[in-house]
Amino acid sequence: MDAKEMLASLPENLSVKDRLNIPMQDMPSQDPEVRKHNMKEVAVGYSEEQVILEANRCLQCKNKPCMQGCPVAINIPGFIEKVCQKDFDGALQVIQESSLLPAICGRVCPQENQCQKFCTVGKTKKDVEQAVAIGRIERYVADHATSALPVIKEATGKKVAVVGSGPASIAAAADLRKAGHSVVMFEALHKTGGVLVYGIPEFRLPKALVQKEIDKLKAMGVDIETNFLVGRTRTIEELFKEDKFDAIFVGTGAGLPKFMNIPGENYVGVFSANEYLTRSNLMKAYKEDCALTPLYHSNKVAVFGGGNVAMDAARTALRLGAEKVTIIYRRTIEEMPARKEEVHHAVEEGVEFLMLNQPLEILGDDLGHVKGVKVIKCELGDADASGRRSPVEIPGSEYELDFDTVIVAIGNASNPLIKMTTPEIEVNKRGNFIVNPETGETNIKGLYAGGDIVLGAATVILAMGEGRKAAKAINEYLEGNK
Amino acid sequence: MNKIVSKVQLSPDVFLLEVEAPYIAKERKAGQFIILQLGEDFDERIPLTIADADVEKGTIFLLFQAVGATTYKLSLLKVGDSIANLLGPLGHPTEIKPYGKVVIVGGGIGVAPSFPIAQAMKKAGNEVRIITGARNKDLLIFQDRMHSIDPETIVVTDDGTAGRKGLVTEPLKELCETWHPDVVVAIGPPIMMKFCALTTKPYGVKTLVSLNTIMIDGTGMCGGCRVMIDGKMKFVCVDGPEFDGHLVDWDNMLLRQKTYKEREVEDNHKCRMMNLQVEGGNK
Repeated sequence: MDAKEMLASLPENLSVKDRLNIPMQDMPSQDPEVRKHNMKEVAVGYSEEQVILEANRCLQCKNKPCMQGCPVAINIPGFIEKVCQKDFDGALQVIQESSLLPAICGRVCPQENQCQKFCTVGKTKKDVEQAVAIGRIERYVADHATSALPVIKEATGKKVAVVGSGPASIAAAADLRKAGHSVVMFEALHKTGGVLVYGIPEFRLPKALVQKEIDKLKAMGVDIETNFLVGRTRTIEELFKEDKFDAIFVGTGAGLPKFMNIPGENYVGVFSANEYLTRSNLMKAYKEDCALTPLYHSNKVAVFGGGNVAMDAARTALRLGAEKVTIIYRRTIEEMPARKEEVHHAVEEGVEFLMLNQPLEILGDDLGHVKGVKVIKCELGDADASGRRSPVEIPGSEYELDFDTVIVAIGNASNPLIKMTTPEIEVNKRGNFIVNPETGETNIKGLYAGGDIVLGAATVILAMGEGRKAAKAINEYLEGNK
Repeated sequence: MNKIVSKVQLSPDVFLLEVEAPYIAKERKAGQFIILQLGEDFDERIPLTIADADVEKGTIFLLFQAVGATTYKLSLLKVGDSIANLLGPLGHPTEIKPYGKVVIVGGGIGVAPSFPIAQAMKKAGNEVRIITGARNKDLLIFQDRMHSIDPETIVVTDDGTAGRKGLVTEPLKELCETWHPDVVVAIGPPIMMKFCALTTKPYGVKTLVSLNTIMIDGTGMCGGCRVMIDGKMKFVCVDGPEFDGHLVDWDNMLLRQKTYKEREVEDNHKCRMMNLQVEGGNK
């Protein structure tokens, strides 16, 4: 029975049992064999019938357990109810009370660890993967509903700078502008969107969607200055003193790639995931007929790491023509921080997973090009501070594997630039800004921060939540300064 | 958009552009660089050192050799055209202080970025001696500017068509022996900087070099510019571009510069073809 027939066959008034009997709607996706050769979005989105069926699986629990899993506390049953009534514009309104970027979050949030983790349907079925697919419903709403631009309050005469243009900054800029302040967003790259543009690949998050959010900011009257590196083009101090900004929000993210510190990491053919992805995503190097930014041509690619960025890099390598891509991770697939869905997609596309192996050294040929990786086998020991069982190397189990390219995707540290040029800012030993967790305020008056520059590498939704929290605090601060 | 306000061709493939960039003109210090991208989406981002600036006019001077696809396209731009994206000033400025005696070595187009450093070193009260080198007379640039700082600037060419015949390392060695500099700043092709560092090492003279590696963003994000300095990984864009030449792993740096050689050769060929067509059309 297809979704249309199933929807037609549903009784008028659904009992809890009826709802639990509706099968979870699978996300229609491009065929793995086809999509691994193109950059188009993998998941194509629900049909209208599917989204209504999926929405009807929601039990509308009185205590709304899903909401406690959402970092920005979207009224989830509220918007799902509107979807059941086919009122998609109404659903979008409910989401927008809490979230500004549903089209993006519906695609990249780790829902299985957030809202869907607490879903009663998933609990009843003793399988979180059987929870109501909240993210997919959210995505449908964002893609199909329209909303008017938010109302901008009367001009306050205050000027606020937003540094960076990723999710934390987009959220902060929108809320600050709504309050009637004049807002200028500064971005170092030639394109806005931060990690949404340079990091997350097109096949997972189409760049046109990010541009839509940026265009919305512009329509609201936010000024955007690209090619402007705060710290170098102008310092924080100059923005306050000479350019007369009343407050500044810093959302510069975690953009400094970490390396393994193993021998051979500087051979030709070793890339940080940031570089590899930036070449492809931001510089469009995958369009080799027209892009001038060169790509490294690979046949056998090793990706170190087990997070979403590792999956993105591995799947990008396939699309760029690699014959074989292997993810090397020192724990097992169970402990991988990547979203299950991303791992699943990578497996479907033919990415190989070499688990319980730790890279020891990258091997090079006489010309200094990568020719392989020396790894050591591991077994799982006791749980570590992260709660995951930690890998223990098995002595004497070293061996070598052939590769011509290595992508290091083991995480990012905070960008040091603003700290370098504003030494008064208090940071922790990892370089993250120390802020008041309630307000995002730093030790410098009028200077706020949020997102990965405070949290260390985290998620889009958390960054967005941080941006909104800081914007609220800035609005209050400026209110008091009238 | 950054408008080109003047353009001078210094040799068959070396150009000096003056570009509107008021913030950069005001903020830049000796030793810093910019990243530019000519058009929008499909152009690449390349780093170029800032050769000079005019704060009042709000312009900066960029000197480059048309060697790759982007520098070639850049060389075709005319006064009044614009560069879509220009980011800077990037990197740490040169540490200018009264060292005492300073030797500035500029090789090839590296003479241009060494000029603001020579200027600043002199202003800080240092005695400054300059060595400039090039393959031949036609490729010698910035001679007036350099002579204005050191009237006895030593000129060296590979073929002897101007100044002494030889390499910059020869007068550098002599100065180390007879003049005893406190600091040497060497800017030029990587191989020249490597040998300048090797030349000064036995004399224990601190030698600063300015590295120009492969880069995308220039803000610390991609890690493509990484080099090994005294066994530690550093990013040229945020930790440099200047480093102690005695601590640089030159061989690794030279190797990594060749990462995209195949593609560059191909692009270069395309550019030459384009050039031939343009010339043919003019006839």
